[in-house]
Amino acid sequence: MHIVVCIKQVPDSAQIRVHPVTNTIMRQGVPAIVNPYDLFSLEEALRLKDKHGGRVTVISMGPPQAEGALKKCIAFGADAAILVTDRAFAGADTLATSFALASAIQQIEKDMKVDMVFAGKQTIDGDTAQVGPGIAKRLDMQLLTYVSQIDALDLEKGEIQVRRRAEGGVQVLQTKLPCLITMLEGTNEMRFATMENMFRAARYPVNFWNKDTAGIEDVSKIGLKGSPTLVSKVFAPQPSTKPAEIIDTESHEPRDIALTLISKLFTQHPKLCDGIVKQAA
Amino acid sequence: MSEATTPAATPAKKPAGRGNFELDERLKAYKGVWVFIEHERGEVHPVSWELLGEGRKLADKLGVELSGVVMGPPGLPTRRFCEEAFFHGADNCYLIEDTVLANYRNESFTKGLTDLVNAYQPEILLLGATTQGRDLAGSVATTLQTGLTADCTELNIDPDNRGLAATRPTFGGSLLCTIITKNYRPQMATIRPRVMAMPDRDGNRTGRIIEHPLGLIETNIITKVLEYIADENQDKPQLPFADIIIAGGRGMKKPENFQLIWNLAQVLGAEVGATRPVVQAGWVDAERQVGQSGKTVRPKLYIAAGISGAIQHRVGMEGSDVIIAINNDPNAAIFDFATYGIVGNAMTILPALTETFKQQLAVARVAS
Amino acid sequence: MAEKFDAIVVGAGPSGNAAAYTMAKAGLKVLQLERGEYPGSKNVQGAILYSDALEKIIPDFRDDAPLERHIIEQRMWVLDDESYIGTHYRSDEFNKPPYNRYTIIRAQFDKWFSEKVQEAGAMLICETTVSDLLMDGKRVIGVQTDRLGGSIYADIVILADGVNSLLATKAGFHPELEPKNVALAVKEIHFMPQETVEARFNVNGDAGVVIEMAGKITKGMMGTGFLYTNKESLTIGVGCMLSDLKQQKISPYQLLEEMKAHPSIAPILEGGEMKEYTAHLIPEGGYKAIPELCGDGWMIVGDSGMFVNAMHREGSNLAMTTGCFAAETVIELAAEQKPFTAKNLARYREKLNESFVIKDLKKYKNMPDVFHANPQFFTTYPEMLNQAAHKMLRVDGIDKKTKEKQIMANFKQRRSLFGLMGDAYKLWRAFE
Ligand SMILES: Cc1cc2nc3c(=O)[nH]c(=O)nc-3n(C[C@H](O)[C@H](O)[C@H](O)COP(=O)(O)OP(=O)(O)OC[C@H]3O[C@@H](n4cnc5c(N)ncnc54)[C@H](O)[C@@H]3O)c2cc1C
Ligand SMILES: Cc1cc2nc3c(=O)[nH]c(=O)nc-3n(C[C@H](O)[C@H](O)[C@H](O)COP(=O)(O)OP(=O)(O)OC[C@H]3O[C@@H](n4cnc5c(N)ncnc54)[C@H](O)[C@@H]3O)c2cc1C
Ligand SMILES: Nc1ncnc2c1ncn2[C@@H]1O[C@H](COP(=O)(O)O)[C@@H](O)[C@H]1O
Repeated sequence: MHIVVCIKQVPDSAQIRVHPVTNTIMRQGVPAIVNPYDLFSLEEALRLKDKHGGRVTVISMGPPQAEGALKKCIAFGADAAILVTDRAFAGADTLATSFALASAIQQIEKDMKVDMVFAGKQTIDGDTAQVGPGIAKRLDMQLLTYVSQIDALDLEKGEIQVRRRAEGGVQVLQTKLPCLITMLEGTNEMRFATMENMFRAARYPVNFWNKDTAGIEDVSKIGLKGSPTLVSKVFAPQPSTKPAEIIDTESHEPRDIALTLISKLFTQHPKLCDGIVKQAA
Repeated sequence: MSEATTPAATPAKKPAGRGNFELDERLKAYKGVWVFIEHERGEVHPVSWELLGEGRKLADKLGVELSGVVMGPPGLPTRRFCEEAFFHGADNCYLIEDTVLANYRNESFTKGLTDLVNAYQPEILLLGATTQGRDLAGSVATTLQTGLTADCTELNIDPDNRGLAATRPTFGGSLLCTIITKNYRPQMATIRPRVMAMPDRDGNRTGRIIEHPLGLIETNIITKVLEYIADENQDKPQLPFADIIIAGGRGMKKPENFQLIWNLAQVLGAEVGATRPVVQAGWVDAERQVGQSGKTVRPKLYIAAGISGAIQHRVGMEGSDVIIAINNDPNAAIFDFATYGIVGNAMTILPALTETFKQQLAVARVAS
Repeated sequence: MAEKFDAIVVGAGPSGNAAAYTMAKAGLKVLQLERGEYPGSKNVQGAILYSDALEKIIPDFRDDAPLERHIIEQRMWVLDDESYIGTHYRSDEFNKPPYNRYTIIRAQFDKWFSEKVQEAGAMLICETTVSDLLMDGKRVIGVQTDRLGGSIYADIVILADGVNSLLATKAGFHPELEPKNVALAVKEIHFMPQETVEARFNVNGDAGVVIEMAGKITKGMMGTGFLYTNKESLTIGVGCMLSDLKQQKISPYQLLEEMKAHPSIAPILEGGEMKEYTAHLIPEGGYKAIPELCGDGWMIVGDSGMFVNAMHREGSNLAMTTGCFAAETVIELAAEQKPFTAKNLARYREKLNESFVIKDLKKYKNMPDVFHANPQFFTTYPEMLNQAAHKMLRVDGIDKKTKEKQIMANFKQRRSLFGLMGDAYKLWRAFE
């Protein structure tokens, strides 16, 4: 069995700050991490490998520094790692990204047939949740998004049964391999890498692929050129024009403050207050 | 590449780079605003109506028609969805009825929606950013080879080129970006539930139904739905649709103090919300997180206690009609956009509010 | 199949990096283990970098190290509740390369240093905590990490694991840290535009200013505050002895909050956006608190060896120097094919004795005790000094002579003449 897991290196968004004056992103010092959602997919892939044997290959498209993220995946137990990196990819949106990754996966396939591709539910920097579905379509794979559990995998029959999160419940789906799965967050917990795998990762030479190695001939489909969408502007959220009406609290008891507020509510928003009265009844 | 990708409308000539561009002649044929009407288990997801409300505005700006897209099994419920779409502002409804559409599946729905787009050529296609909408939007956009902007918070029409300007948070929500789809059609976007306001329902509106065949039989669909297990836990918090929400932040200091929030919520029959740090500290369930990575809410009244008003929280609740903020820091960002502000200690203000509301409500009840 | 290295360095702070770099450069097979997500992720420093120590290890560090500003002006402030009295020393000499001191941001600096270490050939493994030392009798033969299959062997283990060296304590090489020997420091980084920083401190280009502070900001506890200029941010912090904080039940955070609100400090920070808040211990026990530094198969460097000169706020330079000495000792013994016994490793201690490291620490060996026993240095004196300055500077029709008399009288009243002289003597002795 061969599983390819797509991972992306992202800035730890919790630590991103915006320059208060110029409104530019201050990336300096912001640590890069493996997109947290991808780890649920990687862990699930590793569990399948533990159970059924086979190989897990991790792949990422990104700048050379993304090597660190891939090495981390090796430490967790992935067998091989490929970084698709080329200046020509710069400016790619999700359509161009899924094209490049799908091409690279087809190259990987030449080495060993791919039964499943895993992608993260979404990234924390792009947040689009589009690249996974995009890859599935391009590779003509069955798409299983928001999977909360893999019930069964029958490699012989090439069948898989999963639970997929829907809005008001869970769908139990059965499909044929090859398929692309995105895992729901919180469905498993990433293992703690063994010392042996830490050493393996430290010594592992990540495979660097450029657009040619990734089998891409049509450069109009990658990078900025291959991206239908364009960021036309980036800006800071507008401060509201109307600040709050501050309730005078100077030397008042909490009770008085509460009364002032509530009477304001009742006089200025009678409809709202009717609602409150009804709801509380 | 797979045969599955049949480009709908890729430009004949190379798209222009940044800046102004002239829309390709062929793409000018793409007209109208569409909203995908999402349903599950016989019920339409409210986000679809919200999007019809927003779609109406876009269509009016463009001077084009607004249409709903309904795909489902043959029968009354599906037809009724079309009717409801008219009530919520649609002029037309594109309808595919087929037994294989009884349950949402990526394969059959992607085929249906892609075929409709190719046949009737809308310029804008909106979907809810739900598990279904996102699954479908990603596949359809790839199949059509067009641009898709996820999780938009604001949609506008660029008066210069009639293009869709879709605004969404970026970089962890600290900034917003506006995304345009250059020389490709349709322009697709997903929008989260409750970001757009629910339009008024007009039961007298009608519209035109345009039927279309799916052209797919069950044996040719690879993925099978074996079962649907509805969430049994119906008393799960329904934050997005609550009318009143009392929310607490890190300023509540201790999980014990959070009880003050629950007390007020109980008196008002309200839901309880929280900021991310509070959820991460485990004081309340993740279901109750309001904000960019939590729920978007639009209650009539939102009371925020000990919440600083960080942008990631704000985007989830600024659609509330009335916001009351209690914070002991007069410079807290929440006072910039709340309706009423109380600069004070939440630990003393909250109990006072609870008591006073209790009394006032008792009075009001007697009076009515 | 356990791994074996020539040397294992525990920790990737300045001391560990200096040691690993020096050994790897000499061709030894070195493994460095760091518990943080990346080098620098957990490290805290003011931070002033003293060029000298680093220059000896990486002479051309200025080419690519992430340096914030070189220091051209040093201010010393003694603060009262509402005022400060102080000295400023600024010299254009400091504004000519090669610069002598820089402000740095540790997370970035440590990362850079670590890249150099890895380029030199050492293997770095992060997110891995050394939980125990592997012993063969009294000899250290490797380390045990918190990971499955975590035993790793080496001929020599260098403990560069920072102030709270649990490893050394666990192995019995090191007495448990005493609250009176460590300071707890908190600091924040406040972001502001480069132009604002430069305007507020009257500097341009990459030049910068440091302010060291003492006085009532520490509420009578032994400690100091500091404010440094970075390129696009200011670092502000305060530290006090852990024992004092414990006794007075004051949280260091509260101290920092009050310090930031001081009328002389608040305007400097105004408009800044707080970017980072960290707390860290500083070993300030000085010379008397230095533990055993080496034994069979092990050495201690940097903060875990108490190598901090609290009086001069030097730490990272001592860390790098001690790391470098330890490495050189290893390299020499390896070349001479001598085993790493306690006796042979004593050469490390000799190198230290001959250097500024031990000489400086010895010079101030009584300092901690003196300050501890005499809290007036942090309370009464700042107040008296500030009041004196206020009196002298206020133009109010009183003649200067009378003012001087009043000031002296106030001094004597607050603390007897005898006390004053005694304090001066104590200080002089401590510095001696
Ligand atoms: C990618 C990303 C996604 C995020 N998503 C979300 C999200 O979905 N939802 C969300 O909420 N956050 C989110 N955040 C976090 C967000 O940036 C803020 O950190 C968070 O909203 C702050 O929560 P808070 O207001 O409870 O805490 P704080 O910012 O710490 O504010 C506490 C407030 O309480 C006040 N206070 C203290 N004591 C009292 C008292 N006694 N009485 C009254 N007031 C008091 C303080 O003055 C302060 O203003 C996200 C962050 C990132 C980077
Ligand atoms: C607020 C503050 C201000 C300061 N200002 C200055 C200044 O301006 N100038 C100056 O020169 N010095 C200053 N210092 C002192 C200086 O920071 C230290 O002396 C210096 O960092 C010591 O370096 P080190 O390598 O010994 O320890 P550290 O920098 O603490 O590094 C120890 C490393 O070991 C790792 N580690 C610990 N235990 C384990 C384990 N069991 N397994 C694996 N890894 C482990 C830690 O994660 C850490 O990375 C300041 C200190 C503080 C706290
Ligand atoms: N550059 C990339 N390299 C590898 N995988 C990616 C890349 N971008 C996105 N992905 C995968 O697609 C998922 C969804 O990403 P997104 O559509 O950006 O939210 C991620 O969780 C990854 O698994």
